[in-house]
Amino acid sequence: MSPLRAGLIWAALALVIAVPVALATTSPFIAWRPAIYTAAGFAGIAALALLLVQPLLAAGLLPGLPARPGRRVHRALGLLLVVLVLAHVGGLFLTSAPDVIDALLFASPTPFSPWGVVAMWAIFATALLAALRERLRLGPLFWRLGHTALALVIVVGSVVHALLIEGTMEPWSKAAFCLLAVLATLKAVLDLRAWALLRRRAVRERA
Amino acid sequence: MTPIPSSRRAILKAGLTGAAFVAATPALILPARAQGLAPTPSMRGGSNNYMPGAPVVSRIGGGGFWMTGTVRRAGDGAPLSGIRIQIWAHTTEGREDDKHSHGATLTAADGSFRLEMPQIIPIFGQPHGHLAYEGAGFKTVFLRPIMASARDKSLSAHFVLEPA
Repeated sequence: MSPLRAGLIWAALALVIAVPVALATTSPFIAWRPAIYTAAGFAGIAALALLLVQPLLAAGLLPGLPARPGRRVHRALGLLLVVLVLAHVGGLFLTSAPDVIDALLFASPTPFSPWGVVAMWAIFATALLAALRERLRLGPLFWRLGHTALALVIVVGSVVHALLIEGTMEPWSKAAFCLLAVLATLKAVLDLRAWALLRRRAVRERA
Repeated sequence: MTPIPSSRRAILKAGLTGAAFVAATPALILPARAQGLAPTPSMRGGSNNYMPGAPVVSRIGGGGFWMTGTVRRAGDGAPLSGIRIQIWAHTTEGREDDKHSHGATLTAADGSFRLEMPQIIPIFGQPHGHLAYEGAGFKTVFLRPIMASARDKSLSAHFVLEPA
C-alpha cells in the first residue's frame, strides 16, 4: 500500500472519530452538568469510539497494522475498553446511584439502560475469556466463536444503547458513527470466519 | 482419536439465550386491577435529590412546562384531595439538586394536580421528572416519569397510594 493511501485511511479514521467527539463537546447540556457526570459521559463516548477501531484491528484492515501486531493493539484497546466502561458506570454511580442500581438490576424506566448493561457484561466476559484462555486451555474453536458472539452482542448492545440516549452526542454524527461501527464489525466477522473451524472439524469427522 | 462431540447445539442455545436476554426490557409498571386498584410501586431512581419539606409554590421558576397527574387511593380508587406532591427536575433553570428546582403542590378535590415549572432538559440519558409523595396516612411513593421527546411541554404521573 502506498504511504499516501495509508495516510488517507488513518486520516479518515481519525476524522470519523474526531467529528462526533468534537460535536459532543459543543453540547449545550454540558454547562448544566456536574464535571464527574460529564466525564462519565465522555468515557462512554470513548468506549463507543473503540468499537469502530477494534474490528478493524482484529481483521488487520488498518495500514501498518496487519493481523499479528494489530491483535496486540486490539488486546491493549480491549483492556482500555474495560477501563472506560468502569469509568462510565462508576462516574454515573457517583452522580446518581439509584439510577445505576436500577439499570444494573434491569429495573430502569429508561429503555436504553438494559442494552448498555448487556453490552457491559459482554465486554467483561470477553476480557475474562481472553485473560483465562490459556490457563483454561480453551480451544481455538471455543475462543473464536465465543469472542465473535460476544463482540456482536457488545456492538449491537452499545449501538442501541447510544442511539436511544438523548445526551451530549449530536444525533446525526452519532447515528453515522454507529452505522460505521456496525459495518466494520460485520466486515471483520465475515473476514475472520470464526465458523470455518467448525466446518473443518465436521469435514474431519466425516472422513 | 475420539472425536469431540460437536458443540454447535450448545453454541446455538447460548446464542438464543443471549438474544432473549438482550431483548428483555423492563416491564411497564401498570397497576393491576384484579383485586381493586393496586398501589403504585415506588421507583428507586425517583428519590434522587429529594428534599423533604420543599414548600408549596404557585409555580417553579419562570414556568413554561406543565407537570400534571392524579392521586387516588388504592383499592377503591377514590380521588384524594389536599395531598402534597413534591416535584423537581433538571431544567433550563437549574439542576435537580438546586433548591430552586423543587416545589410542591396540593391535589384538588378530584385528586388532580398541576404545577408549572421550567422546561425539563435531558439528563441521565433521557429527559425525566421526579415526583414524591411523603406524609402521614399513606406509604411514601417516588416516581420518575420519562419524556418521549425533549421538546415535550408537559409530563404526567399518577399516584395510587396505599394507606400506611
